[in-house]
Formats: sequence, C-alpha cells, structure tokens
Amino acid sequence: MRAGEAVPELRVTPDRYLPHRYAGASGDFNPIHIDAELGRAVGLPGNILHGLYGMALVARASVSAAGGDPRALRRLSVQFRGMGVPEAEIVVSGTVREAGEGRAVLELEADQAGTPIIRRGEAEVASPR
Amino acid sequence: MIATEAAAGLAARSYPPFAYEVGSEKIREYARAVGEESPLYFDRESARAAGFRDLVAPPMFCVVYSTGALRPAIADPELGIDLALMVHGGQEFAWSEPVCAGDAISTTARVAEVYEKAGLGFYVFESVSENQEGREVVRGAWTNIVRRAPGS
Repeated sequence: MRAGEAVPELRVTPDRYLPHRYAGASGDFNPIHIDAELGRAVGLPGNILHGLYGMALVARASVSAAGGDPRALRRLSVQFRGMGVPEAEIVVSGTVREAGEGRAVLELEADQAGTPIIRRGEAEVASPR
Repeated sequence: MIATEAAAGLAARSYPPFAYEVGSEKIREYARAVGEESPLYFDRESARAAGFRDLVAPPMFCVVYSTGALRPAIADPELGIDLALMVHGGQEFAWSEPVCAGDAISTTARVAEVYEKAGLGFYVFESVSENQEGREVVRGAWTNIVRRAPGS
C-alpha cells in the first residue's frame, strides 16, 4: 500500500428489504428505516438506509484493502451525510493518505447516485506486507 | 444555551454497563446483512485456522453489542435530548482484541462532550466495551446532533 494509491472500490446495491434485514441484525428498528409510508410522511424519500450500515460498507472496503483480516482495521471514523435509500448503487471509494511501517491511513467516502452518504471516512489499518 | 459549568457536569455522567453474549448465528446474521463474504465470519474452522478462538465478528458488529449501553444515555432526562430532532452525525470506533462467538461483552457509556455550534446541540458519548477477560475490545465515540441548542 502506497500513499496516493486508490483504495479498491466497493459497489453494492442494497435490495428493497435490506433495511429490514439490517434492522433485525443490528437491533435498530427506528421506523424511518423500515416504514416507507412513515418516511414519506416526515419528508423523506421513503424508508432510508441505516447510517451504520453505510459505515459497515466503509469498514468492509477498509478491511479488503488491508488484505481481508478483520484484525487489520484499528480505527474508523465517519460523518453521516445525506440519506441512503434501498435499490440504488452505493460506491465506496477512497485513497491511501499515509503509508509506512506496517500501518496506513485511508480516506474514504460512500456515495449513492452522486450524493455522499458517508463523508470524511478515515480508517487506520495495519497494511499488508 | 447551557453554561460551561453545567456542560462540564454533564460530561461526568456515566450509565450502567450493558451485557451482551455473542452467539455464532448472530455473527452470521449480521455478516450476511452487511454483505460480508469472508469465511472467517461464517465458518468456525476457517476462523480457527486463522488464529481466532471461534467464529470472529466483523469489526462493525460492535454496534450489535454496544448500542444497548447508549440507550439510557440518549434517554437521560438530565440531557433532555429531543429524539424527534436528533440525527446521528458521526461515529468513530477503535478496535483492540477481536470479538468471537462465545464472548461475553460488557459496555459502559458516558457523556464525553456537550456543546453548541451554529444553533445545533452536539452530544458526544463514549462507549468502552470489554470481554470476559476484562480486555478492551472496542471504544466508540458517538456524535448525535440535535437541531436545537442544548438547554434551550
């Protein structure tokens, strides 16, 4: 891993029922994530993705970039922006900001149809030799 | 807007520990939901061959076992957070020891910071999770933004 290199992109299209499965898996049943009608009633495009689901995709991209061992991910921070929706492709992309001595810092973001849903992602990883 | 001394007092507040026992099917369910494909999260033998005690949880599985510690914090009447006006603004996790099926995790949350910026209330909570051996597994910083200044 070298400074300035691109992080391999992760592209995922969450299906219509992904927010329901993520709600069950995570325990976050906030109705804005599972009830499209309620979402629209409060001015959202429908039911929206969980922010922490988007962060999990950024974590996946970071672990993959570091060689696939979950122990490689030491730290991840993100800001949640915009609103992710089901049935539209999410692209996680980034660059290596620093690399050296078995450690690297990645800058990442997740976008959906050109709108950022995760911004200022910063991952500290143990870099593969 | 709240006085600085009051904010400093709030920052000392902590909440009871939240206990969570990590099951292998929960790890698989979570890993499937976020699209993980590595056998480390699904197949015990693969995880053991890679040096883990048992199936290992993906790093972000930490939300499954630590979020319960945040609930009493967010609902603390002393903080007065209006949930209808709250959005999750940012999140940070720093991982230490990996979490595997069979682990018993205890998470404690505290108020790290309460401040106002541009008419918005920022409530930052810190969570620390430890395993059954008392070793830290993850530390989280949860930033919740309320569309109204603290104390107003």
